[in-house]
Amino acid sequence: MSLFQYEYMQLALVSALIIGLTAPALGIYLVQRRLALIGDGIGHVALTGVGAGLLFQTSPVIMAVIAATIGAIVIELIRERGRTSGDLALALLFYGGIAGGVVLVGLSDSTSANLNAYLFGALSTASRTDVVTIAVLGTAVLLAMIGLRPALFAISHDEEYARVSGLPVRALNVLLAITTAITVTIAMRAVGVLLISALMVVPVATAQQVTRGFRSTMAAAMALGLFAGGAGIWMAALADTAPGASVVVVAIASFVVITLLAVGWRRIRRTRPQPAPVAEPPEVVLDGA
Amino acid sequence: MTPDVITVTNGVVGYDGRPVLRDVSLTVAAGEVVAVLGANGSGKSTLIRAILGLVPLSAGTVALFDRPIRRFRQWHRVGYVPQRLGAGSGVPATVAEVVAAGRLARRGILRPPGRADREAVAEALRAVGLADRAKDPVTTLSGGQQQRTLIARALAGRPEVLILDEPTAGVDAVSQEAFAGALRDFTAGGGTVLLVAHELGPLRPLINRAIVVHQGFVVHDGPVPEPAGHHAAPDHDHVHPHGPEEPAGLWSAP
Repeated sequence: MSLFQYEYMQLALVSALIIGLTAPALGIYLVQRRLALIGDGIGHVALTGVGAGLLFQTSPVIMAVIAATIGAIVIELIRERGRTSGDLALALLFYGGIAGGVVLVGLSDSTSANLNAYLFGALSTASRTDVVTIAVLGTAVLLAMIGLRPALFAISHDEEYARVSGLPVRALNVLLAITTAITVTIAMRAVGVLLISALMVVPVATAQQVTRGFRSTMAAAMALGLFAGGAGIWMAALADTAPGASVVVVAIASFVVITLLAVGWRRIRRTRPQPAPVAEPPEVVLDGA
Repeated sequence: MTPDVITVTNGVVGYDGRPVLRDVSLTVAAGEVVAVLGANGSGKSTLIRAILGLVPLSAGTVALFDRPIRRFRQWHRVGYVPQRLGAGSGVPATVAEVVAAGRLARRGILRPPGRADREAVAEALRAVGLADRAKDPVTTLSGGQQQRTLIARALAGRPEVLILDEPTAGVDAVSQEAFAGALRDFTAGGGTVLLVAHELGPLRPLINRAIVVHQGFVVHDGPVPEPAGHHAAPDHDHVHPHGPEEPAGLWSAP
């Protein structure tokens, strides 16, 4: 008898698969601009939104989206200024976010179990409405990330060049900030605030061990995210572990296995005879030449 | 009269109150190949960045194709080649993917790339002699080959003017030759070029006119001057530590 006959497990599986696919599609741009941990920071800010939602008895998820979006735009503005104090400003935002969240949750009559659900994820309590929200927002983010890939690649790879190409750089940066906030918020249900960045970054880190181009890295990272989502939920069902943490454990295990395989493969290739590299002509006149 | 491609009128740029360009005026007409020369710290790279709108002017005006820079929108007419590839991130990208970014100015961000885009990318890679490296990660290329990737990116957009910032600095001889060849083809097709250089090398025969910037002023605008001082020595190798400004007279006006 499979655990997946229960609706809550099916819903958990569907959510994990959507998030597994979406988070790396966005994360690759964050990794490319060396903002790998930004998802983590925005997650902290989202927690204040959750606290406000619980306190005022409104939807914590919607409040989290609002708080995370504001946080993401503030971070983007700080980044754009490019001042050294940006580092400290980010730290203030992150710790302010998580502390604000914990205080607000405490003020509301919620139990600590409720806070834990947002810190570590509570996929098995996801309702049909939650899953529909995750599906709609996740699809929107995914379409934006894939549809705007050339432009987002350009701004992440060389922002000045993108500016001289006449791209709406600021609008695209803000779009990236908002989609990060949305992804963080929907992923919060699945893996929790403390593990969000893992799903955005680890599949990308794994993929780039074996890929050569940006597009192939993106595709491989999405496949790995999908695999981690599915296998993680299956493992959680089988071993009765926390779903969010299980998904992340699978993602990290894939990273370790694939990195070891890639290193081994490169070793093997190196011991095999190689064709002589094609050298460019020497830049000096050689004797007898 | 040929239309002006680039016009700078009494341009002033300062960073944190320290003036870098004090009063610079220049025009580049269609079809010209103009070199901006000057020592390290003379303000020549800042001039290029101001022309592209990457650095704001504190006084004066910049116009591209007779339009003030603030209202200029036809960026597909401009091909920019920066000094080097932006600090590479961990995410791999192929040479063709980097060059394809040059098509965005023409295509816009919403339209997916089509056959014309792929052809333009392939042609630009051929023009710089990197057609066989299209699928390689750009980080596996030598410095000179990366520089050629950047000129291919600019050429892929089929611009009317190329603006290049130190395109040959620290580039091996083979790449310099490939670079000069690509530039020759571009100018033969009627293209306009403005390039910043420290040393012209194989580009020298292509240049129509030189503008020498010194301490934020244009001190020479005319034929390419002969290098002065130790730069004139045939065995002079360009090693420039980030030290104090070089003595005046390096590119001094004749």
